[in-house]
Amino acid sequence: MLVLEDVNVYYGAIHALKGISFEVNQGEIVTLIGSNGAGKSTSLKTISGLLRAKSGKITFKGENLAIVAPQSIVAKGISQVPEGRRVFANMTVIENLELGAYLRKDKTEIKKTMQHVYDLFPRLLERNTQISGTLSGGEQQMLAMGRALMSQPQLLLLDEPSMGLAPILVKQIFSIIKEINASGTTILLVEQNAHMALSIANRAYVLETGKIVLSGDSKELAASEEVRKAYLGG
Amino acid sequence: MASITTQIFQQLVNGLSLGSIYALIALGYTMVYGIIKLINFAHGDIMMVGAYSGWFAITALHLPFLPALLFSMVSCALLGVIIERIAYKPLRNASRIAALITAIGVSLFLEYGGMLVLTAQVRTYPPVFPETMYVVGGVYFKYGDIVMLVTSVVLMSLLHFTVQYTKVGKAMRAVSFDQEAALLMGINTNNIISYTFAIGSALAAAAGVLMGVYFNTIDPLMGIIPGLKAFVAAVLGGIGIIPGAMVGGLMLGLVESIVSGLGASTWRDAVAFLILILVLIIKPSGLFGKNVREKV
Ligand SMILES: Nc1ncnc2c1ncn2[C@@H]1O[C@H](COP(=O)(O)OP(=O)(O)O)[C@@H](O)[C@H]1O
Ligand SMILES: [Mg+2]
Repeated sequence: MLVLEDVNVYYGAIHALKGISFEVNQGEIVTLIGSNGAGKSTSLKTISGLLRAKSGKITFKGENLAIVAPQSIVAKGISQVPEGRRVFANMTVIENLELGAYLRKDKTEIKKTMQHVYDLFPRLLERNTQISGTLSGGEQQMLAMGRALMSQPQLLLLDEPSMGLAPILVKQIFSIIKEINASGTTILLVEQNAHMALSIANRAYVLETGKIVLSGDSKELAASEEVRKAYLGG
Repeated sequence: MASITTQIFQQLVNGLSLGSIYALIALGYTMVYGIIKLINFAHGDIMMVGAYSGWFAITALHLPFLPALLFSMVSCALLGVIIERIAYKPLRNASRIAALITAIGVSLFLEYGGMLVLTAQVRTYPPVFPETMYVVGGVYFKYGDIVMLVTSVVLMSLLHFTVQYTKVGKAMRAVSFDQEAALLMGINTNNIISYTFAIGSALAAAAGVLMGVYFNTIDPLMGIIPGLKAFVAAVLGGIGIIPGAMVGGLMLGLVESIVSGLGASTWRDAVAFLILILVLIIKPSGLFGKNVREKV
């Protein structure tokens, strides 16, 4: 579905992604794990078109994404939940969800998707007229995910959804990610929390300072000596 | 002799009329700042172009007030969009100071381009309104004052409605809050920035026409002082915050006319700036400035 081949991304002189290649197949949950500064967010931003690769190839369902404007990548079926939620804190929950459906026209269909989001996150329905800046961190994460789902993506990119959340909330969020996947959305999950990410993913890639150093089946990786030492605390 | 109360009311009427003009200009400053963090120093000069377009529409095209107002607003909306695309867009990722200097350049270009094309000669706005005066309890309302207030209120309500309830308005708030996140929603941020310039410039044009009607004369440098005052109004209310610009503009107009009414008209600008300084000392983010960034 999504294929990256030898992708290089720079911030000025900083070489942030050093020829990374990976792929996500339809229906999978794939996780990209790595410590702080490894290049996880850079990877997602490049897929979403917020950053441009200097070289390499990114294709989605066979189409070259490098020539698609960032605001049009959503229309292709890719939606990102950015690191740190980035909800529009000055707007209500409903307004945030409406913006998620910005490119869609059919009002009744949009209402249906919104209902689906409320089913996934009942808390958002309770708070729907609240200014989202006043939501708790967990609620903001739910809103950011709900907002991303409003475009009915085929591929959902999640950047560290567990960041700053209490363990019980992390569990809840991850089980919802599984639910979203079960209803047909392919997922690329970026995490520092390798334990949680490996527990729900089919396959995983390990990123270290801009390079993919390991990849494979999540269960096998979780069991491997290297991953246990570096990412799972022994 | 008119009683103190009627005098006060008279100054309130004058102040609101003048203040609504400041508010209309301040809105453009604040919207543009909200969306691309640029102090558009050419904004007062766009108002000047608006005044001339209105004058042209009335004297040469023989249009009545409302069509002339619309003509001027549409012309300046286009001008604003063109200025943004040519002068500011290439500098979107440059330093703020570079953009600021460019804005000053655009301002000088409009002022002296105006001098060249229109000459420095002062033009007289034709009387578009009857000289009718209404007296309510000793307070005089000129026909023009009422039209001016009504026009401003209608435009500000339209703006409020657009920003709060329309799709474009929501996109404007989203882009001004977080441009990257807005892109992730599929919002074409370049288009939204253009709309913002168009709306801001159209409001400035309306202010220009109203100024022409109010003060009767226009000249190519007429945008400088009101532009500066409107900037003060925008900062007073909290730059980037739409209701702040409205209140800031009205406050400034009221202060000016009250100070003038007390017989100290030479002091009115000084008092206006003094208030600005005091507000900024007490509340640096302006009257409506908040911790949660709420702006357009
Ligand atoms: N805007 C930026 N400018 C310069 N360097 C950046 C920028 N953003 C990230 N980097 C650098 O790129 C590398 C990868 O960052 P990032 O993708 O954010 O890592 P991660 O998401 O895995 O924590 C880091 O070395 C980081 O310092
Ligand atoms: Mg990151």
